[in-house]
Amino acid sequence: MRDLMALTERGDIISLAGGLPDTSSFPAESFAAIMGSVAVDSTARSLQYGPTEGLTVLKSCIAEVMAEEGTTIDPEEVLVTTGGQQVIDLVCKTLIDPGDVIIAEAPTYPGAVPTFCSYQAEIIQIGLDEDGMRIDELERTLERLDREGRRPKFIYTVPTFQNPAGTTMSLPRRRRLVEVIRARELLVLEDNPYGLLRYEGDPLPTLYALEGGDFVIYLGTFSKILSPGVRLGWSVGPRPVLEKMNIGKQASDLCSSSLTQLFVAAYFDSGRWQDYVHSLKEIYRRRRDVMLDSLAECLGPECGWTHPQGGLFIWVTLPDYIDTTDLLALALDERVAFVPGRAAFVDGRGASSMRLNFSGVGEADIREGVRRIGEVVQEQVELYETLTGTQRIVEPAAEPAPAEPDAALADVLQLPAPLRRNHPGAREG
Amino acid sequence: MARVLAMTRVAVLKGGRSLERQVSLKSGARVQDALVRLGHDVVGIDVGHDLVRRLRDAAPEVAFVALHGRDGEDGTVQELLEALAIPYTGSGVSACIRCSDKVIAKNHMLDAGIPTPDFFAFNETAFKELGAADALPAIEERLGFPLVVKPAGQGSALGIKFAVAAKDVPGALVAAFSYGDKVLLERHVRGRDLAVSVLDGEVLPVVEALPTDEAFYDFEARYEIGRTQFVCPAELPEQLTARAQKLALAVWDVLGCRGFARIDLMLGEESGELTVLEANAIPGMTETSLLPLAADAAGIGFDALIARIVDLARL
Repeated sequence: MRDLMALTERGDIISLAGGLPDTSSFPAESFAAIMGSVAVDSTARSLQYGPTEGLTVLKSCIAEVMAEEGTTIDPEEVLVTTGGQQVIDLVCKTLIDPGDVIIAEAPTYPGAVPTFCSYQAEIIQIGLDEDGMRIDELERTLERLDREGRRPKFIYTVPTFQNPAGTTMSLPRRRRLVEVIRARELLVLEDNPYGLLRYEGDPLPTLYALEGGDFVIYLGTFSKILSPGVRLGWSVGPRPVLEKMNIGKQASDLCSSSLTQLFVAAYFDSGRWQDYVHSLKEIYRRRRDVMLDSLAECLGPECGWTHPQGGLFIWVTLPDYIDTTDLLALALDERVAFVPGRAAFVDGRGASSMRLNFSGVGEADIREGVRRIGEVVQEQVELYETLTGTQRIVEPAAEPAPAEPDAALADVLQLPAPLRRNHPGAREG
Repeated sequence: MARVLAMTRVAVLKGGRSLERQVSLKSGARVQDALVRLGHDVVGIDVGHDLVRRLRDAAPEVAFVALHGRDGEDGTVQELLEALAIPYTGSGVSACIRCSDKVIAKNHMLDAGIPTPDFFAFNETAFKELGAADALPAIEERLGFPLVVKPAGQGSALGIKFAVAAKDVPGALVAAFSYGDKVLLERHVRGRDLAVSVLDGEVLPVVEALPTDEAFYDFEARYEIGRTQFVCPAELPEQLTARAQKLALAVWDVLGCRGFARIDLMLGEESGELTVLEANAIPGMTETSLLPLAADAAGIGFDALIARIVDLARL
């Protein structure tokens, strides 16, 4: 699959496979002015090493970002990192011995999987639905591990606008998760890159805020609210863990870039960061809506997808006879790309799903990309029907009643019913 | 036909738009390094819309085709090189066409009496226009389960699926048709996985691919580093080695290969019989590829192998 993914970067392809924020709307003159002020006001400092835990000026900005989401922290407690990805790495470095268990969501952030694997962790994935990680399934898994005399080192979750599923953990589930980890004294790594990119609905408290920071290691990043190019993320969490992560970071890279830390601090000083996030949200909301409308228009009723209230991704699930890794070959012929669902699982699940990104491409390309995906899916659906002699049910008679998840389907991602709004029904050709 | 002399200007064609682009880039880079060490004047070309222009600009005396999959291995690029009168490595147009389509290759083998696993091949039209789906039960009965479903035109493991029961067949066909408009359903031969490379009509030692996890064997395993071990020369009784090499050479002849090629065979676990799966007109040249491994076992180092292949370049 890695070889196929390399092809998605070809210039002539509409790639809905990336996870890139749109950096094109950042005003060039502001960029130049801020860089100029850093160069003039902090010449020596920006060219120098900094403390491993990060510059104090940046930590205040981080406290400001977290306060925007209703999470209060002491800036002194922050560990500045080289992107959010380094937090995942440092948590593993601190906690994981080969064979240790990490619990993650199913699907999980594809970029975390290689990190977990490189520390030889065993990854156990817990299903999620439109309310986020299934805490009942988590509890059953923890009980099973208890019986086996095992204990996960931490639970990894992206509770808000999950990558790749786009779903958000509900408040009751957040509360229950906090109860579970407090009762069991288990650590959670809360990965929250997208929390401020909410396009609808009310903000939810972070797990860190709900729990108080005794058992939650929080991961934040400037990548999605400002720039992935500055390579700056951060962590707050239980002090003993953060201290070990600090030692791990010293060994990895001594400190994150002073230059970009000062750049971000100067940018925050200019007082416009909330306006910029607001403008990004406007762009992304429109792109999400275009993608949702295009999906409703171009995919048949046998397909389902999530309706993210924020973030960058939509998770699409096709009929189980379509393997999205193979479909990608056909899609690349039509010059469109997505991430096959298998990348988000460690056990071969996810074969019929795909992740689509709506932040990194313009509205016209989203429309055209989804149209092309719709075409190749339609081609496969028709071929399957020909092969099996079945006919597609054009419009289900009634909305299926919400049912308890079938135990036999526990390993299948539960998704909201396919959107049928604006669906053209029986399509021609 | 002019023999190619030392200090030649060589264009290495690599990359391209095929699904095997990454493997090709690795093969191409390794070939380029060898050619530089051999003292040639080397230009690497990532094949695209400007191929003809770049070839004209570079004006190479030889083109080393290090492409895999569509366009590079199916005779398309070779046809272009013929038109531009640039001698190129490996097989000519017609052999590339025969090798790159597993169905054509297997039919040639059948006609020549070379054993190849029983199969049926169809294009999408057969199912859409001629009701071929109705014939699936009969096909399944004849081939038995598990059966293998493959795209006719893919060189790597992409799109190859096992169907262990009738219910798996439609999904496997849908997957295989993602890669091209012709697929084959083939009897699954359980047994040992062998490869015989041929260099200028001479067979090289047999390579055996051994999956490291015996309990779970699949086609993809052989392409993942660490999941497969390669043994060369394969530990086989002498007469089986000789038989495998004889079959490989017969395939080489029947398909009309030139320069170099790799023939993949199975040694049936129950039958003890050798059957030929396919022929690769442009086998990989990466660090883990089988042809360089076999050449090495025959005492031909990588640079010597590349020198030989360039030497065999023709129009």
